[in-house]
Amino acid sequence: MRGNLAFDIAHMLAGTLVLVSFMQLYQDRLYALLNIYALHALVLAASVAWQAFIQDAPHLYLTAMIALVFKAIIIPVALHRIIVKLGIHREIETVVGVGPAMLLGMGLVALAMVVMLRVTAEADPLAREDLAFALSVVLLGLLMMVTRRNAVSQVIGFMSLENGLVLAATGAKGMPLVVEISVAFSVLIAFIVIGIFLFRIRERFDTVDVQALDRFRGERR
Amino acid sequence: MIDALTGVLLIPAVAAALLAALPGYRLTARLNVLAAFLSFATAVSLFIVEPQSGPYLLVDDLNKVFIVLTTFVGFTTAMFSASYIGHEIEIGRLTPTFVRFYHAMYQTLMFALSLALVANNIGLMWVAIEIATLTTVLMVGIYRTHEALEAAWKYFILGSVGIALALFGTILVYMAARPVIGEGLYAMVWTVLVTKAAKFDPALLNVAFVFLLLGYGTKVGLAPLHAWLPDAHAEGPTPISAVLSGLLLNVALYALLRFKILLALNPAAIAPGPLMVTMGLISCVFAAFMLYRRRDIKRMFAYSSIEHMGIIVFAFGMGGPLANFAGLLHMTMHSLTKSAIFYAVGHISQVKGTQKIADMSGLTVTNPVLGWGLVLGVIAIAGLPPLGIFMSEFLVVSSTFAREPWLVIILVFGILVGLGGLFLRLNTIAFGEPRGPTAPAQASYVPMFAHLAIVFTAGVYLPPALVAGFENVARLLG
Repeated sequence: MRGNLAFDIAHMLAGTLVLVSFMQLYQDRLYALLNIYALHALVLAASVAWQAFIQDAPHLYLTAMIALVFKAIIIPVALHRIIVKLGIHREIETVVGVGPAMLLGMGLVALAMVVMLRVTAEADPLAREDLAFALSVVLLGLLMMVTRRNAVSQVIGFMSLENGLVLAATGAKGMPLVVEISVAFSVLIAFIVIGIFLFRIRERFDTVDVQALDRFRGERR
Repeated sequence: MIDALTGVLLIPAVAAALLAALPGYRLTARLNVLAAFLSFATAVSLFIVEPQSGPYLLVDDLNKVFIVLTTFVGFTTAMFSASYIGHEIEIGRLTPTFVRFYHAMYQTLMFALSLALVANNIGLMWVAIEIATLTTVLMVGIYRTHEALEAAWKYFILGSVGIALALFGTILVYMAARPVIGEGLYAMVWTVLVTKAAKFDPALLNVAFVFLLLGYGTKVGLAPLHAWLPDAHAEGPTPISAVLSGLLLNVALYALLRFKILLALNPAAIAPGPLMVTMGLISCVFAAFMLYRRRDIKRMFAYSSIEHMGIIVFAFGMGGPLANFAGLLHMTMHSLTKSAIFYAVGHISQVKGTQKIADMSGLTVTNPVLGWGLVLGVIAIAGLPPLGIFMSEFLVVSSTFAREPWLVIILVFGILVGLGGLFLRLNTIAFGEPRGPTAPAQASYVPMFAHLAIVFTAGVYLPPALVAGFENVARLLG
């Protein structure tokens, strides 16, 4: 009985993560996108903590803590401030329309299910469904990265992709180095965020250039 | 207990910390060279006394070759970098703070590359390649011009996606290994994986390999995943271009080869060869055509790197002792030649103050040593006899012709198209009407000519010990 409940909750949390990934796809305002990302990280933290509990693997709590503190709080707050500073909070941007993006997303999820469920027929059910969900989250993250132009939303796409990887890593029971890998990823993300801030990468370089604006205002030399 | 294995990692790690703390360009540049030399010496000592391998670190015949090559090119590039960076400070393109940062990053990169090579744990190997990506991103963007930042950002995003896919592949390999080996550390240890690979679930391994090929293939620069490579080569400091082409691509390839061995051991899994052959051929032919119409000299040689990585991946994809031998030899020759070319290009672009091919014509008249050095380098990289690359390309072609004549014809076509593209540009650069500043370069020619001398020697005579070593590794690769 306990096994069943454990499975159901893990299943539900992983499914929620895919759902939140879909929600990210149709956000056209940066603030809203950021909030949804925070939710994404929150669901991930819950999912990882649940895995830590059912696998009896205390080190995974550390990964859950990283997801909660770093990804659900610090990064969104930092990005929020960057958006304010760069003055791009009003921007609306999507390259592909909402409809096609959702359809593409559904196609990708179907693909992930077909591929993963077919090849992992022998693995234990929890691991295989987790893996299928994780691949869906990864593919949705990729989709988001290619459909957005704004550097900030690309980074959010990358971060949700990375959440999918953490889900896969924690779902693979007893995998070593999970904590180390999640720390390595956090460093990577911190770098990106600092990168955006320091280098002031605004649009993907093809629309408005902040440096050009600064020069125009006479701030640079 | 410090043996040579930990030494290869410890030296660059300590050097990176020291270089971050010490001021003064002259001192740090020398320290950088010294640290790189010590790493090289330690790497060579691996051949004399082989240290014990553990669950995290490993030395075997395969990675010894890679480690020695990596540390050697790391050492000569450090020498080149000392004179290159000196000039950059003089003209004020880099400030002392940035140089300090640059040197620390250089050693961090050497650390990450060595770690990726000696890692016995596929997770650790992934982490090392991620660190290598991050450090090179920072170095590509170090000039902070608009183009450099754009190149760094592009490299960063594509590189991150690449390593993310590689991690997913790594997790899948663990999933495949877990039922056989059991939970925990040993299901990610390379030496354990190899002994049990035959019993892994083949379907999972197949999917894993596709992810690993796409992930690490991005870092190898295989078309169509190569988009970051020309930008990153063109906009970063030239020593970094040399290290990217000569080392980072090899290390990513090494990771791919490790997993190829794993798949080859499982009889029910797909053969990884055809996938690699296809990507190799596409890269080779595509890059050969892209060599025409290049206006930026570093960008041109970046495409040439894609072409050669294509040839190498083709050779390894064909497999078998002879083709693997040819692939290994070609990889070594390409690393040495391409870094020598970048040393020349670095000094040339400093003398001429530009990377535009049109503005640096007539180089053999204005700067004879650099000009002829570049001519020699291009002759070598284009694969003309009697230099080393001719030898290795000849081996690639002859060892695979009997098996797949049509594929080899495509490959030879790619090589010839590439040769034409290179010589077309070389003609302008070396023998055109003299243009631009003619001031003599304050260059150290030693690293460039040392590499070219090795490549020349290898084309004429390969020492039997080296041949025996490579043959042994080629057998390991299956």
